[in-house]
Amino acid sequence: MAQRIDVKDLNIYYDRFKAVEDVSMTIEARSVTAFIGPSGCGKSTVLRTLNRMHEVIPKATVTGTVDLNGRNLYDRDVDPVAVRRTVGMVFQRPNPFPTMSISDNVAAGLKLGGERNKAVLAEAVERSLRGANLWNEVKDRLDKPGAGLSGGQQQRLCIARAIAVEPQVLLMDEPCSALDPISTLAIEDLIEEIKTNYTIVIVTHNMQQAARVSDRTAFFNLAATGKPGRLVEMDDTTKIFSNPGRKETEDYISGRFG
Amino acid sequence: MAILTGRPGPGTSPPPADLSSTGRFGDRVFHGLSTGSGIVVIGLVTAVGAFLLAQALPALVRNDANFLTDRVWQVDGDPLRFGIPDLLWVTVISSLVAMVIALPVAIGVALYLTEYAPPRLARPFAYLVDLLAAVPSIVYGLWGATIIITYVAPVQTFLGSVLGWIPLFSTENAITGTIFLASIVLAVMILPIITAISREVFAQTPLTHKEGALALGATRWEMIRTTVLPFGTPGTISAAMLGLGRALGETIAVSLIMGTTNGAFSWSLFSGGETFASRIANNAQEFDTPTKAGAFIAAGLVLFVLTFVVNAMARVVIERRKAFAE
Ligand SMILES: Nc1ncnc2c1ncn2[C@@H]1O[C@H](COP(=O)(O)OP(=O)(O)OP(=O)(O)O)[C@@H](O)[C@H]1O
Ligand SMILES: [Mg+2]
Repeated sequence: MAQRIDVKDLNIYYDRFKAVEDVSMTIEARSVTAFIGPSGCGKSTVLRTLNRMHEVIPKATVTGTVDLNGRNLYDRDVDPVAVRRTVGMVFQRPNPFPTMSISDNVAAGLKLGGERNKAVLAEAVERSLRGANLWNEVKDRLDKPGAGLSGGQQQRLCIARAIAVEPQVLLMDEPCSALDPISTLAIEDLIEEIKTNYTIVIVTHNMQQAARVSDRTAFFNLAATGKPGRLVEMDDTTKIFSNPGRKETEDYISGRFG
Repeated sequence: MAILTGRPGPGTSPPPADLSSTGRFGDRVFHGLSTGSGIVVIGLVTAVGAFLLAQALPALVRNDANFLTDRVWQVDGDPLRFGIPDLLWVTVISSLVAMVIALPVAIGVALYLTEYAPPRLARPFAYLVDLLAAVPSIVYGLWGATIIITYVAPVQTFLGSVLGWIPLFSTENAITGTIFLASIVLAVMILPIITAISREVFAQTPLTHKEGALALGATRWEMIRTTVLPFGTPGTISAAMLGLGRALGETIAVSLIMGTTNGAFSWSLFSGGETFASRIANNAQEFDTPTKAGAFIAAGLVLFVLTFVVNAMARVVIERRKAFAE
């Protein structure tokens, strides 16, 4: 089920503004890839092109190709809605649906996909909540609002919601930045566990986190503010953090970024 | 509007009172001012109610008929005989039908303006809808009584022929200036307020919720259904109730449009009648004795209570929804 992603010659625009330039990379299946780089270099922007969420923003456009499973996501006859069911996403701020109960939140994606069978849904809810390490904490209050959980629990609920539809790829945009260290650890453990089944891409500002959870790391940077961001280098995480190929990578990682 | 926008929406639960007051001078002044104006408003409402009650009581005491159940209205001479069931029915049914017609249209327009329309088009269109609220009600009355009436007649005939077996659509006592016609004009009149408030609350749906739905593979309509509509429900309900309140009290348009029937009362939308407000307005020149005027004021009092109850119901619904909203 996990798939590798081939990105080629990606240019990403917000209206006239070119936010990201000439990104080509390969994201391996069943591994964790971390996107790191200074603020505004286009990490989130690149991430959102991988499930066609970029075009949700008015006037936002993309050129280039993103191949998943040998198929270009940006082919004219590809339905973005179908892409988003295959490539799940977890956002920076936990965003459970506030009017839905915990179990309805988890089941939301399946219901959108047309699943109506109560038993199937209940089974998927339990499996996903177990998968997100949340089951024991919420099993007695599945019909309570999801917004009543703590921030860390809400984020794990969002992960459960994303994996309930069994996507091939899971995109995470700074999933721990709004969380305390304990919740962060819980989510890192979770990533470690589920990477055997998914292709995971995680954006993070936390170098230790990138070093801890990822197998491969991509470093993005921009030449100057107002200039488009670009991919500087991408390599095994151990290599990037011990012996990066480029000086700017080393400067950024060692905190000498100016 | 101020009342509505001032309402804590979903997501902003007011802090407990003892935390919000720090005892600083500015806080104390503001606390005093807001408490004071609250008391003034409550006082005003109570005074209006007391005034109506005081004026109505003499007539009610002298009323030989049952005020709530007898369908008569003889306010000349002594004893008086008057009751309100006909007025109540016509008022409630005409306003309810107006709301039922206006609500889906308003929600549709509000969704179109916030979610579908290109920004360049949305602004002028929203402005146009708002302009509907600026049209004086006498104009609506004339428009309904002279123009719309010709278009509504065939619709009535059609509905009557298909659904005539339901008392509500019976054409037995059909006249031209019907409750149905008044409802349609009322619907147009309350459309802008319901649209404006719904539009406002829909537009406040957090982007993170909408993106969350889209990222799960929701189509645009599914996104609206799972995030925008639930988020906007309390606001839309209060908008609908506000529209209903307006329709209940609308006077001049209704009295211009609705033909009064003194004959057999009917449950049908395709017959005429009078609402509380239009009956009072139609007979304003007859308030020559205090007791006679009191009979009409008693009717006004019921309208007052009715509007009050509608608003209270809106609050209850909103409070109940709040438990789930954030
Ligand atoms: N909705 C938008 N409309 C216009 N420009 C945008 C939008 N979102 C991002 N940008 C611009 O695109 C560029 C890349 O932004 P992006 O959010 O991808 O950066 P990032 O690497 O994720 O930064 P951060 O680490 O702060 O999240 C920035 O110059 C930003 O201003
Ligand atoms: Mg970002």
